[in-house]
Formats: sequence, C-alpha cells, structure tokens
Amino acid sequence: MALLEVKDIVVDFATRAGNARVLDHVSLKVQAGQTLGVVGESGCGKSMTALSIMGLVPDPPGKVTSGSITLEGEELIGIEEPRMRKIRGKDISMIFQEPMTSLNPVFTVGEQIAESLRLHEDGSNSEAWEKAVAMIRSVGIPEPEARARNYPHQLSGGMRQRIMIAMALACGPKLLIADEPTTALDVTVQAQIFDLLKDLQSDNNTSIILITHDMGVISQMSDYVAVMYAGRIIETGTTEDILASPKHPYTRGLIACVPHLEENPSDERLPLMEIPGVVPPLTKLGQGCAFAPRCNQKLAECDHTKPEMTQCGDNHMVACLALSGEAAS
Amino acid sequence: MSDLLKVDGLKVHFGGGKKLLGGKKPTVHAVDGVSFSIPKGKTLGIVGESGSGKTTAALAVLRLVHITEGSVELGADKISTLEGEELRNARKRFQIIFQDPYSSLDPRRRAGDIVREPLDLMNVGEENGRDDAVAELFAQVGLRPEQRALFPHQFSGGQRQRISLARALATKPELIVCDEPVSALDVAIQAQILNLMIKLQDDLNLTYLFISHDLGVVQYICDEVAVMYLGRIVEQADRKTIFSQPKHPYTKALLSAVPSAKHSKRDASARVVLKGDPPSPINMPKGCSFAARCPLAESRCFDTRPELKNVGTNHIAACHLVK
Repeated sequence: MALLEVKDIVVDFATRAGNARVLDHVSLKVQAGQTLGVVGESGCGKSMTALSIMGLVPDPPGKVTSGSITLEGEELIGIEEPRMRKIRGKDISMIFQEPMTSLNPVFTVGEQIAESLRLHEDGSNSEAWEKAVAMIRSVGIPEPEARARNYPHQLSGGMRQRIMIAMALACGPKLLIADEPTTALDVTVQAQIFDLLKDLQSDNNTSIILITHDMGVISQMSDYVAVMYAGRIIETGTTEDILASPKHPYTRGLIACVPHLEENPSDERLPLMEIPGVVPPLTKLGQGCAFAPRCNQKLAECDHTKPEMTQCGDNHMVACLALSGEAAS
Repeated sequence: MSDLLKVDGLKVHFGGGKKLLGGKKPTVHAVDGVSFSIPKGKTLGIVGESGSGKTTAALAVLRLVHITEGSVELGADKISTLEGEELRNARKRFQIIFQDPYSSLDPRRRAGDIVREPLDLMNVGEENGRDDAVAELFAQVGLRPEQRALFPHQFSGGQRQRISLARALATKPELIVCDEPVSALDVAIQAQILNLMIKLQDDLNLTYLFISHDLGVVQYICDEVAVMYLGRIVEQADRKTIFSQPKHPYTKALLSAVPSAKHSKRDASARVVLKGDPPSPINMPKGCSFAARCPLAESRCFDTRPELKNVGTNHIAACHLVK
C-alpha cells in the first residue's frame, strides 16, 4: 500500500471572476521512502496540491469539492480538526519556500523547534529542548547549543532553511512536503540542503514530495515526477522517463526552455525554445485541453475535448490527444 | 574591437565613518578592487553567491552608489568623475534593468508614460515625435502599441520585464546593466525574455553587463564570464573556457553545485559541496578570502592573498594552487 494516496481531488475557489477550479481531478501516489517531484509554472496548482494534503486549503474562498486523500489508509478529507492537528506536524510536515518569513522573529529557533515536540510528544520541557538541540546538530549546524538560543535574524538564509528542516523533521514525519525549499538560496547552499535531505531521508525512510520548477532539481532529488498544468496532472513517470523521453508538449517545453549548464558549451549561442504565452486564468478554462492555446502540436479536437491520462510506458502516463494515437499503437 | 566599458581598480566601501560618541564604524568592503572591460556589442556576465558584491559593482558602474576608489570609462569618457548636469546627461548612455519587474515600475503610471519618461527627461527627439517613438519601442520589445494605455498591474511578469526593457532602450543607450533580469520570472517566460535580449543586442549592437547567479542563464547569454567572491574577481575567462576548464576551486564548486537535468541523482558523487557561508566583508581575512571553505587550502593560502594571474589565453584566476 502506498503511504499517501491522493485520488481525484477537486478544489474550487470562489472568486469575483467566477469559479476557479484550481485542482481538477488530481491523483498521486507516494510510496514510503520515495521522493515525488511535482513540477510546473506558477499558478499550475503545485502548492495547492500540497496545501490540500496538509488540510490547509483556505476555506473560504477555497473548498475541497470531491476526492479522497489517504495517509496509511486513514482518510484525511472531512477528518475532525483535532485529529488533523495531531497528524499535521507529526506525520506530515512541510518546508516552505521563504525561510525568512516562515520563522517567527520573536522566538529563538530552539524554542520554535521545541514547540512542535512539546505538542506532539510526551516529555518535559527540558527534554523537548534537548531534542531540539539534537535536531539542530543533525542538520549540520555548528555549535547547536549556541545557535538554538539565536533568533532567526541572527542566522543566514541557508541556516534558517536548515532550521526549517530541523523543525519539519523533529517529530519524525512519514511524509515531508518541501515547497520550493531552495528557490531563495544560492546554488552552493542548495547543494548542501539537498545532500542533507537525502541523508535524512535514507536514515528515517521518510517520503518527500518536492515541489519545484527546476528540472535540474528534479533529476537530482526525485524518483517519480508529476507535471502539472492549470490544475491538472498532465504527465507522470519515473525521473528517467520524464527527463529522457518526455511525451507531453508542455513537459518537453519545460525542459527545453531552460538554459541547462553544459560542460562543453557550443561556440554558437543557440536560440532557446520558447513556450509562447502564459498560463491561462483558471476562471477562463474552456472545454478543451488547457495547454492547447500554447501548444505547437495542437489538433482541431484539442479545443473541445479534455485529454485523459493514458498509459504510454510501464510507469509513464500522459494526457495529450496528439499522443494518444501514438501511445495506443 | 575597442572596449566600450573599462573598469579599473573599482572599490566600493560602505561605513567607516565616525560614531556619534567617538570610535569608528566598521567598514564593509563590498567591492574591493575589481577591474574588467567589455568590448562593444558583447556581454560580460558577473556571477557569484549573494553578498559577493556583484550588484554593488554594477551599481557603481552606473554611478548609483558612491565609488570609493578606481575609475570607470565608457568609450572615451571617464564617467567615474562626472558630477551634476554632466553626469545626468551621460546617463543617456547607460541604463539598467532591475530584477523585480513588480517593484521597478510605478504602479500609478500607464506603461506608455513609463517608457516615455526618459525621453522627456533627457530631451530625446522632438516633443511631438515622442509618442511615435514610444510606439516603436513597444513594437521592438514585442508589446502591442495599444497596450501603452494599460497600468503595470494589467501585465504579466514577462510583459512587465518587456516594459523595463523598452524604458531602458528609450534613450538609445550603449550599455545596459541587467541585474538578474530573469530570476523573478517563471521558467517558461525566462526563455522569451532571454531570446528577446539577444535579438535586441544583435539589432542594436548593445553591450550588456549581466549580473546573475544562474549559471545556465549566464552560459546562454554571455560572451565572457567573471566570477566574484567577497568583493573580488577570482576568475575570468571567455564563456567556453570558464565552463569547460574552470581553474579556481570556487568556480569548480559553483559549477558542480548546479543541478543538471542531464545526470540522474545517482551520479552526484563527483560534486564538490562547499561547507558554510562566505566570511564577512567587514573583517576581511588576511589571506585568500576563499581559503576557509576551500577543499584544497594550504597554509600559505591563509597568509598571503593570491593575485589574479594569467592561466591561459584570455583566462585569469586568483589562486596559489593554479599553475
């Protein structure tokens, strides 16, 4: 059984411009100890997927209309809030993009880590503090006793993100959701954070959902990949499948439009492939494929038929009408 | 080919003044002796971690921060010593595009007015021809002329960066400083702006000073690359050399830290992962500023600071261990 199973989740937001379907029948599976990468542009529903798993969809204006999310068989949609508070922070925890704004500036970082330990685990305050210091040590911060007494502004960006990781992992979660954990950091610090996450994952068999827009990050961190566009998952597969043989025109575009660092660059500067246009507003999605207006392989039927996910390899699924003929053959 | 921009021994220090009750404020050595030049029509990229002084160096070139020491020459003119009206007039020749297109455009003004403002301020062209000039600029950066009447919030991030470009191009500058122009944009939009910047460079023979921490983008757009660490250039070479034969251990670490979409996570073992953070620019270390994080550091690295030296054709690096 998969650790986490998200099935046909639908999230609607009531906006002044009408109903926006921010998640449209999203289904995911995460096995224990595995990393799932979720990629897509901003506004594609990556972070909303994470929030719906955490039970944090802002309501109102948002609402989980239908679908089910199970963690080890326990249904999380419609769960009583006191029970969800026991799960959140203990079984599922989350690291946010901005380490600057997601720490409380008026408490020491040790205090903030100890807080979740006091809430979720038995034991005295001093035991919680000792464990917080041990967590700070385990994320590779020197002089953990002294750093635990520091306030967030006294630490660098990389250290703050380590503190966030220490806090997220303090109660030994089964699932860690990392929402663009390194976007605000330098590449050198990013490499440190990834190594740390991988070490902690192999020590504790934690599953990770990694949200990012960087295919390079995906290739380094994840086992499986889900590509999202306008609230739907449009392609899933193993990291090797997605990077080596992407099927959906959007996935191909996402990989090709980023200048990837080469060890032996060519003499000429080759033009980058572009994906024209922008993500459509979710209130104005029509009947057809949401990517059709930007797609270079568009067929006539793409305008009025929504493509369904179809198998195109062992673990590889894609939702595209232009490919469904190919995939079936 | 003649150099359009020549920067020699540039230093920008902050602080160092007197405290209210005696004593001295600490001095921040943001840029500490940087020299480079860019030939006309070419792009120099400056890369480095945050705090390495790359943005401060660029702002000093534009005379937007106080230059402590050193000279900046644009063509035949020494712009580091210009003052008052002369400096204001010279600003026609160098413009900037900022990182964040959300905060660098006035939310209360229409896009057309934003692009027209430099024309009015600098008295470029005939007054009644300026509206046409703005329409032309809009077409040049891929916006529709009727979009002149819209406000910035009505544009997407990529379109806003196009407005920034149009505004920078308004005075027909020779040099454009681009301070992380695509890092605030969505991945799919970055390519649109980068391709536009290259097209404009080819059409108008522009010279770019391109600041970025994204090495993939730098590799794509730059002809020459300088790597900065703690206020100094530690390595500089043409695009092909620096990415295929980096010499300085910092450059190597920086390149290997970039996650690549071509290698899977299994063969990440060859990477050099740096420990810790850069030292503070207030108490500059006596020796090589990178020594404390360098995997190869020897005792001499902590005692004497390495100078930039030739390590190949058009390739300089500051490291004791590089031959």
